Amino acid sequence: MSTRLPTQGRLIDRSSTVKFTFNGKWMRGHAGDTLASALLANDQMLVGRSFKYHRPRGIVASGGEEPNALVNLGRHKRHEPNQRVTTTELFDKLEATSQNHWPSLEFDVGAVNAMVSRFLPAGFYYKTFMFPRAFWKHVFEPVIRQSAGLGAAPHPETRDPDRYEHFYAHVDMVIAGGGIAGLMAALASGRAGKRVLLVEQSAHWGGRAPVDGDVVDGQSAEDWVKNAVEELEKMENVSLRLRTQLSGVYDHGYALAYERIGDHAPSEESPRHRLWRIRAGRIVAATGAIERPLSFPGNDKPGVMLAGAVRDYIVNYGVTPGDRIVVVTNNDDGYRTALTAHAAGVAVACVVDPRPTADGDLPQQVRALNIPVRTGAAISKVKGLKRVVSVRVQAFAEDDGGYDEIPCDAVAMSGGWSPVVHLWSHCGGKLNWDEGQACFVPDTDRPPTNQNGEGYVTCIGAAAGGLQGAAAAKTVADRMSALGIATEEVPVQTANEALLAPVWVMPAYAGVKKRAKMWLDFQNDVKVSDVMLAAQEGYESVEHTKRYTTLGMATDQGKLSNINGLAVLAEALDKGIPQVGTTTFRPPYTPISMGAIAGEAKGALFQPLRRTPIHDWHEAQGAYMEPVGHWRRPYCFPRDGESHEDAVNREIDATRRSLGLLDASTLGKIIVKGPDAPKFMGMLYTNMMSSLKPGKCRYGLMCNENGFLMDDGVVVRLDEETFLCHTTSGGADTVHGWMEDWLQCEWWDWKVYTANVTEQWAQIAVVGPNARKLLEKLGGMDVSKDTLPFMQMAEGTLGGFDARVFRISFSGELSYEIAVPASQGRAFWDALHEAGAEWNATPYGTEALHVMRAEKGFIMIGDETDGTVIPQDLGLNWAISKKKEDFLGKRGQQRTFMASEDRWQLVGLETVDGSVLPDGSYCVADGKNANGQANVQGRVTSTYYSPTLARGISMGLVHKGPDRMGEVVEFNTVDGGRVKTKIVSPVFYDPEGEKQNV
Amino acid sequence: MSNAFSALQGVSDTGFAHVKEMGLVGMVTLKADLDAAITKKAVKSAIGEGIPAARGMSDGSKPDGVAWMAPDELLFLCKHEEAEGVVNALTKGMGDAHHLAVNVSDARAVFTIEARDVREVLGKLTPANLADLKPREIRRSRFAQVPAAFWMNSPNHATVICFRSVAQYMFDLLVTAAKEGAEVRYY
Repeated sequence: MSTRLPTQGRLIDRSSTVKFTFNGKWMRGHAGDTLASALLANDQMLVGRSFKYHRPRGIVASGGEEPNALVNLGRHKRHEPNQRVTTTELFDKLEATSQNHWPSLEFDVGAVNAMVSRFLPAGFYYKTFMFPRAFWKHVFEPVIRQSAGLGAAPHPETRDPDRYEHFYAHVDMVIAGGGIAGLMAALASGRAGKRVLLVEQSAHWGGRAPVDGDVVDGQSAEDWVKNAVEELEKMENVSLRLRTQLSGVYDHGYALAYERIGDHAPSEESPRHRLWRIRAGRIVAATGAIERPLSFPGNDKPGVMLAGAVRDYIVNYGVTPGDRIVVVTNNDDGYRTALTAHAAGVAVACVVDPRPTADGDLPQQVRALNIPVRTGAAISKVKGLKRVVSVRVQAFAEDDGGYDEIPCDAVAMSGGWSPVVHLWSHCGGKLNWDEGQACFVPDTDRPPTNQNGEGYVTCIGAAAGGLQGAAAAKTVADRMSALGIATEEVPVQTANEALLAPVWVMPAYAGVKKRAKMWLDFQNDVKVSDVMLAAQEGYESVEHTKRYTTLGMATDQGKLSNINGLAVLAEALDKGIPQVGTTTFRPPYTPISMGAIAGEAKGALFQPLRRTPIHDWHEAQGAYMEPVGHWRRPYCFPRDGESHEDAVNREIDATRRSLGLLDASTLGKIIVKGPDAPKFMGMLYTNMMSSLKPGKCRYGLMCNENGFLMDDGVVVRLDEETFLCHTTSGGADTVHGWMEDWLQCEWWDWKVYTANVTEQWAQIAVVGPNARKLLEKLGGMDVSKDTLPFMQMAEGTLGGFDARVFRISFSGELSYEIAVPASQGRAFWDALHEAGAEWNATPYGTEALHVMRAEKGFIMIGDETDGTVIPQDLGLNWAISKKKEDFLGKRGQQRTFMASEDRWQLVGLETVDGSVLPDGSYCVADGKNANGQANVQGRVTSTYYSPTLARGISMGLVHKGPDRMGEVVEFNTVDGGRVKTKIVSPVFYDPEGEKQNV
Repeated sequence: MSNAFSALQGVSDTGFAHVKEMGLVGMVTLKADLDAAITKKAVKSAIGEGIPAARGMSDGSKPDGVAWMAPDELLFLCKHEEAEGVVNALTKGMGDAHHLAVNVSDARAVFTIEARDVREVLGKLTPANLADLKPREIRRSRFAQVPAAFWMNSPNHATVICFRSVAQYMFDLLVTAAKEGAEVRYY
């Protein structure tokens, strides 16, 4: 059984007790445990079920490469699936539940899949579920979704209560990995005065060296690490972060690191995760290596573990996965596990080694302890269902039928080590196959390159292919010195190790049945037989095989399975491993939380909301707000019990009869100034703007180069060389950018400056027959018809406010738009309401604004325009200068199909029965098109109920519409009906303009 | 005047840093040829300061100041009620020379941050390189999703300017970044 040992456990505090639950059962661990070590200490070997066959699964590894032991952590709002027990630090009251089983972990109905596994071969999705076609959606997919999968997704309505944040850091060097190599690099760089950020994904410095008992610079690894960290902590130019993984390398020296602040100590106080956004001159990957499993039959059973992980559990946590261990290894390093286990008092039944001989230092030490070493041998079967009971050992290279059955409750396997080259490869660093060590190593001649074509990632230590102590230290000295950082080679003493034997299938001549029990990808249930089948079926590319078999596509991204899988593929294709190549390494290195990616952007900070100076008043009045760009504007101001529709009608009525007030502060306001400003304005707008007199206003249209209408608004000439351009609310930033684009890129020698002063001014429309009376009551400015006629502006003090008064109208009523400095906006709004009370001053929202402008036939950018409409389509020819030699869009509008009369053009639409046409409704024409759909000859662009006219009114674009006044056409409805509609003038209300001109 | 209010009317909050909206601040944008003698003279006469070098600003010893914003743009900082006066002085000083002087005081909101090291707060929100940022060096950058200009007056004190409409967003950002328990301890 797996159990806590009386000795060892350098990372745990045996005096402490930490209680946690697994599947509702209370268990105990110690401070310093991972969830994995605590589960093993409680003899919880079985921790989950596999994806496809629901096979019993136990812990395989001790770090982020773990493919099996994924659990749901927490519950309710803090429920999070697919958490690795190996990287989850234990804390009090931790709640974990196992995944992918039904009804229980111990008894799983889905395990029947395993019995029919020969019907679920590689690519079975493609093969089995193709026909009949309709079955996929209604039968196969629902069944597969029910039975496959990992953890439970959080309920869509739960909200993550935790906080997350980003942090930007600019450094000379970021070093990934706080093992011996990373610490050596940090020391050298720190001493050289570089600004260094050293990150380590686990909670401890030193990596594997303290477990493996390396001697560094004459000291034990543990002491050396302690001293190194102490020295680094004293350096002001060096920052050290534990629990922080360099997750991804991106172009131009950009890197992301994922810090887990609160996972091991949940609290409301601190953020849970922090995403570091790093700009580094150099990225150093000291990311170590990952041990590979061996592919023998039954290698996926609970109790079969990586040999290095067994050492980790014994030395770091004082936990053994079994009382009697068999070690199976194709290299000398695996023998360390036998030595470590023996030293901790754990029985080692034997070491199984497929190599013909094993006479290195480590095998000799094992033999000296009277532990049997079986060379030229293989494991051919693992017995036991939910945990290992025994293994069969036979000859590796030939199958003579003879075997020994060796009772044991754990198997430690080592298939050699693969350097963690992910960070090197994220941005395209290339790899070479190292025959001797049977692994891919970074090719220093082909690094990922930066903007100057120079490499910017450096691998050191095991990640560089220095899989043994001294070799690793040499790579640190060599590679760091090559970066111009003086680095001495620190002597590291480890045992001499003989070469490994590349063993990809064990036993060598295993038949089909045995190969179907050799797992490559534990999480996705991909076996040696699947990869071989894929090869047999013609899959040659490793990328295709990956997708066909799902090898390496699980949440562990193939950290354990990748090399074994492609080696099997290479063998099946009779190619070399380098010819087969690897799949692509993509960031992040291990999954990171969505919360960390979002950072602070949740709740109120999800998106910046723009607020006018009067915003708070609107909210206090219970206004129904709608988004306009990033602004929120009142759509209407419903009173108690009033529907939105009623509110809109009331607001229109009050405005047309007496007095309405609109917060128009969001309107874009851009100053254009300079000796060349008239010329510039002439190019920007389709109208003649140079003839505008100071103090006068003119409605203008702005088109893009293709002639399409993109923005409109009132232009005011403030003085000879200064214009104030009003733009749409959503268009202000775009138009300002558009102006600067032309000024900076095309007309750079024109003397024009622009400034976006949208937010400097609060702007309020005072609208209705009593508008003038209100302003006169406030006093201070002459706003009479003669002094301030229509389309003119005046500056002065109005009721004590610094005001610019524009006599313009978007409603057809007598109307003034008054701009005051934003700081005075709220007070001015209040003053208007107070003084306007006697005329029932009524605030109105954007919907009333829209209806009133539609009653007048005024177009709205975004309703009547959609990027394909030219001003001529809208009957705005009067606003297009014929005298000007050029303006933006002029040539576009001269293209034949634009100049053609054969276009859809703006008209008013009146339903015969007075109803409101549906938004987006089409005007139906005779016949059908090639797709069997009804032909159309126009569409609705704006449609409202007009309380003023007590009927539906619409505007729309209709084929040659203005020539067809009075004609009755048909518009469609969503339910397939038709509405008889008369083509009329778009100006429904006060066509002579008498009301606005009083 | 009594009718004038800043966006958040001086709201403040204290976490591991103290965040405060400064209330009304006068600000004037000048666009002009910064190398021209007439510009130098006009700036000097308007506010008594020379034109700062790229990313520079006046030393902060006086309440009024001027900051470099772009190769052809300066930002003047003054008392709110004096901004129109600065505009007028600049306009007069520049005479017929091509320029644009405009009061932008109310288009903005201004915040101050006080902390042991303000970069602990700034570093969560702006991608600008704070490691090399010197006191009174102005950066035009962004804070999370909105544009912002900022500078450090000292390692313990920073000023941030953003658009008025997003003042609440900026305040919420700064307060969240400065929450007790969220210290990064990097700087």
